[in-house]
Amino acid sequence: MKSAAWILVLSLGFLPSHASGFPLQAADTPNDGGSSVTLHWTAPPRPPAQWVVYRSEPGKAFAPIDTIGGDQTGYTDKEEEGRVVQNGVTYRYRLVPLPEDATLLSDVSPPVQAQASWFDTGKINVFVVTAIFLSLVLYYIRQAERGKKWGFRTIAGLTAIEEAIGRSTEMGKGVLYVPGVQDIDDIQTIASMIILGNVARMTAKYETPLLVPTPSPAVYTVADEVVKGAYSDVGRVDAYRSDQVRYITTEQFAYVAAVNGIMLRERPAANLLLGAFFAESLLLAETGHEIGAIQIAGTANVHQLPFFVVACDYTLIGEEYYAASAYLSKDAKLLGSLKASDTVKVLLVITIALGAILLTLGQRGLAEFFATQ
Amino acid sequence: MKREVPLLISMAAGLFVLIGFFVPHPAIRTGYDKIQQWVIIVVAFTYVLGMANVLRLNVEQIRRRSRDWPYKVALVAGIVATMAVGFSEGTKYLDDNTGFSWIYNNMYSAMSSTMFSLLAFFIASAAFRAFRVRTVEALLLAVAAFILMLGRVPIGALIHPVLPQAADWLMEIPQNAAKRGILMGAALGVMATGFRIILGIERTYGSDSGA
Repeated sequence: MKSAAWILVLSLGFLPSHASGFPLQAADTPNDGGSSVTLHWTAPPRPPAQWVVYRSEPGKAFAPIDTIGGDQTGYTDKEEEGRVVQNGVTYRYRLVPLPEDATLLSDVSPPVQAQASWFDTGKINVFVVTAIFLSLVLYYIRQAERGKKWGFRTIAGLTAIEEAIGRSTEMGKGVLYVPGVQDIDDIQTIASMIILGNVARMTAKYETPLLVPTPSPAVYTVADEVVKGAYSDVGRVDAYRSDQVRYITTEQFAYVAAVNGIMLRERPAANLLLGAFFAESLLLAETGHEIGAIQIAGTANVHQLPFFVVACDYTLIGEEYYAASAYLSKDAKLLGSLKASDTVKVLLVITIALGAILLTLGQRGLAEFFATQ
Repeated sequence: MKREVPLLISMAAGLFVLIGFFVPHPAIRTGYDKIQQWVIIVVAFTYVLGMANVLRLNVEQIRRRSRDWPYKVALVAGIVATMAVGFSEGTKYLDDNTGFSWIYNNMYSAMSSTMFSLLAFFIASAAFRAFRVRTVEALLLAVAAFILMLGRVPIGALIHPVLPQAADWLMEIPQNAAKRGILMGAALGVMATGFRIILGIERTYGSDSGA
C-alpha cells in the first residue's frame, strides 16, 4: 500500500527535476530501426529490490513504464507490451527504487530521441569483406570478358558427374538426383537447383532417364521448371516427362523411406546426392551403395561429410559444392567468380596469419574488427 | 522476355535482401520483412501444386497397376484419411486428444522413429567398409576413430587415462581446424553463389530458350 502511494506520488509529477541522485545515461539504441532508447547506469552500493522506470515526454509528467530487477544496470525502452516509443520525440527517464528510498533516486536523464539507423555499424566487418569480394568478382568478370583464362585444380567429384551420367546411359538405367531435405530458401538447395540444370542438360543430351524426388513443394516447383528448361535448351523438350520431378513429402524420414524405395525399385546407375542433408545422409548413401550405383554427394553440412565420404564414390566438400555450377558450365564469367573466391580465400589466410601474429604481440585491434556480434 | 523477367526479379530481390542485411531503417526493413512474408504465401500455394503432383502420379500408377501399386493405394488412402480427419477437426486439429494428433503420434512418429533407428545398422555397415585399412589415409582414419570411440566410453578411461584426453584433443584441435577450414570455404562459396545470382551471370536455373 505504501509502495503504491509512493509510485502514485511520483506519477503525478512530484519527482524533483534537479539532479539529486546517481547519473542515468540515455541514448538512442544504435544500429536499429528506431523506436528504441537504451538506458545505462552504475549500480549503487546497496541497490533496491526493484527499479521502476519512469519516462516523460513533452507536455506530460513522468509516468512508470516498467519494473525491473534491482541488480540491473541497463534497460532498453522499446515498443512492446503496448508501449510506444516514437522516433523524433524527446524523452527523459528516471529510475525510482522499490521499496521506496529517497536516497536511491536516479538523476533525470538527458533528453533523448529514438532514431532509425541507415547503416548497422555492427556489421561493418561483413560489409568490408562483402565489398572486397564483390569488387573482385566484378574485376574478374571483366577480365573473363576480355578473354582471360585461369587454370583451376581438377575436382574429381565434378568430373565424375558426366562420367556417372555416361555410365547410366551405357547401362540403360536412370540417374537419381536428390536435392537434399531443405526448402528452397536454403542456399544449398538453390545451389543444388543450379547443378540440376547442368545435370538435366546432360541427361537430356544422352537421353538418360532422370528422376528428381523433392522434399518440398517449393523445391518441386522450381526443380520441375529447371528440368523442363534444360530439356528445352538442348532441343529435347519431347523427352521431358512430367513425372521426372516428383514431390514426395516435407517429413524427413518419410522422404528417406520414399527415396530409398525408389532406389530399390528403379535401380538407378548413378545417384547424385547434392544439397543440404542431415541424419538421412547415411540412410540414403548406404542404400545407394547396396544397389551398386555410382554415387556422387555434395553438401556444406560439415557433420554429414564423413558419412558421404565413407559411403559414396565421390564427395564434394563445402566450397567444391558451390563451385560445381561454374565448373560444369565452363562459363568464363562464372569461372571469374571462382577466381574471385580463391583470391578472397588467400586474403583471408593472410588476415588470419596477421591477426594471430598481432594477437601474440598483444594487439587486439584486427581480431576485434572481425569479431561478429 | 520469359528469361529476362525472372532474372531481373531474382537480381532485384537478391539486391534488396542484401541491402536489407546492412540497413535497419524501416524504409528498407519494412520491404525486407514483406518479402519474407511473400515467400511464405508463395510457398503455401506451392503445396497445392505438390499435393496435386503426388495424387496425380500415384493415382495414375494405381490405375495402370504398375509395380508395387498396392503401396500407392496405402499412400493415397493415408493422405485422404489424414486430410479428412484434420479438416473435420478445424483449427484445433493440433490439440491433444484430436484424431489428427492420434494419427501423428501413434502412426507417423512410430514409423519415422523406425526409419531413424535403422541408422544404427547403416553406421555399422559403413564403418566396416571405412575401417578397412588400404591406404595411409584410411590407416589415419581408423586409428583416429579407434582412439575417439574408446575415449568416449567408460572402458576407455579404464584401459588408460590418456585415451579420453586424446579423444578430446582430436576433436578440439585437428577436427576443429579441418571443420573451420571447410566452413570458411563454404561461406565464400555461399557469397560467390549469391553474387552470381544477383549479378545475373548465374543463369543455369533458367532456360536459354525461354521454355
